[in-house]
Amino acid sequence: MNRYQVQKVGFILLAVVAVIVVAPILLVIGAIAVRGIGAISWEFLTAMPREGMRAGGIFPAIVGTFWLTLGTAVAAIPIGVGGAIYLSEYAGDNLLTRAIRLAIINLAGVPSVVYGLFGLGLFVLFLQFGTSIVAGSLTLAIMTLPIIISTAEEALRSVPTEFRTVSASLGGTRWQGIRQIVLPQAMPGIITGVILGLLRAAGETAPILFTVAAFFLPRLPQSPFDQTMALPYHLYVISTQVPGMPEEVQYGTALVLLGLVLSLNIVATIIRSTYRRRREW
Amino acid sequence: MPSESNVKIKIEDVSYFYGDTRALTDVSLDIPANAITVLFGPAGGGKTTLLRLINRLNDMVDGTRMSGRIWLDGEDIYAPDVDLPALRRRVGMVFALPLPLPGTVRENVIYGPELAGIRDRAEQDGIVVRSLKRAALWDEVKDRLDDPASALSGGQQQRLCIARSLALEPEVLLLDEPTSGLDPISTAKVEATLEELKGDYTIVIVPHSIQQAGRLADCAAFFLMGEMVEYRPGEEIFVNPRKQRTEDYITGRFG
Repeated sequence: MNRYQVQKVGFILLAVVAVIVVAPILLVIGAIAVRGIGAISWEFLTAMPREGMRAGGIFPAIVGTFWLTLGTAVAAIPIGVGGAIYLSEYAGDNLLTRAIRLAIINLAGVPSVVYGLFGLGLFVLFLQFGTSIVAGSLTLAIMTLPIIISTAEEALRSVPTEFRTVSASLGGTRWQGIRQIVLPQAMPGIITGVILGLLRAAGETAPILFTVAAFFLPRLPQSPFDQTMALPYHLYVISTQVPGMPEEVQYGTALVLLGLVLSLNIVATIIRSTYRRRREW
Repeated sequence: MPSESNVKIKIEDVSYFYGDTRALTDVSLDIPANAITVLFGPAGGGKTTLLRLINRLNDMVDGTRMSGRIWLDGEDIYAPDVDLPALRRRVGMVFALPLPLPGTVRENVIYGPELAGIRDRAEQDGIVVRSLKRAALWDEVKDRLDDPASALSGGQQQRLCIARSLALEPEVLLLDEPTSGLDPISTAKVEATLEELKGDYTIVIVPHSIQQAGRLADCAAFFLMGEMVEYRPGEEIFVNPRKQRTEDYITGRFG
């Protein structure tokens, strides 16, 4: 084989690998959509579950996941983005910041069920929030923080240093430079990190298992200190704990969860490209 | 050369280190008001470093050390209670590459004044017109104020950066090879602008060529390997340098 043939074989192999990466995602979405689409109806999306969850809808689980994701966002975004700004813009490279970065990396590797137990110990028992939306959201927020901090820090660092220098040379304080120039430029990356983190939070089961999720609660939560049903846990329950569950309901629930996650993803993409069009350097 | 009463910036025994690397060695220099002072010499001579010490931009670089003192109008700008943003409003800077901030032409000009608290739209408009006129850019961009600054040509962008500094009405303007990326026509425009401005400002410039140094200099300082070799009026140093090293550089024996 001459070097052009070698190159050709290389390209083909890389293309095959690319297809292998994409294929499972498409297959998963396709399989769930085909089997679950029949369950989707207005009633399924907006009604309470009936007959031991075998009929009716999954409305309380949808609402619960919405509130949990919102609560996670409220707790994790300010802390995560603030921490990223500190690490990228203010903190020097010293023992303390290296320790903080190491901790963040390790935090990202902790299994989610451990977060669940941690949340149970800290928020549910010690701080006496009980099994509640607050406790669940805070637990999910802690799990989400490493993703938000590391992607946001990366986004901030990718803004050219020169912009900070120019801002300072025009009489800007460090914060004014960050607020006026660096943050707006880093925003697409920060939003991506935030949404990635929230997507993970929305789909997690283990962290909410002990901190908020209700097995069966056919009413909407009345306060942040209420328990609630949530889509991922509901899916787990109807897939493993309820005998005689119609398969279509299981796949329908999975489809709703998947749709929620995908639509959040699309929102992120739109926000990102809108920002990118406004960026010029 | 500046008389005692005409000194705007007094640099005394300044040495500067990046880590263990010495960038400046015992530099002393009196820079006169209302004139163009040129800092020239081969790369790595410490010119840019000295420039960035005059508005304390090098404070933003980690791991550096400085000794010596710099006075602006008799005030020690390295005194602990110096208000850095206020200092930088008095001492403007233009960089080697045109670096427009993200945003429109107008937003670029008004960036500094707005941070300084000028919010009134009419006042801002006045600043925009005045600064762009002084930077000899007004005629070219007066209908494009709301276009992105990045859409201007390189020469226009660099004059926009000058206008952006002038918008703060500084007393001193530092320019670090402001024409290095520009074509000859744009360069001529920038140089004409500087000649125009020196009546009201103290200008310190690192030129991008020895020819430019000769064209602009009222005073000129020759820098070599972090040392200031010679500092004299422009018409003398280029015609009749006193030090052998200066002559060798000017006549092109090295550099």
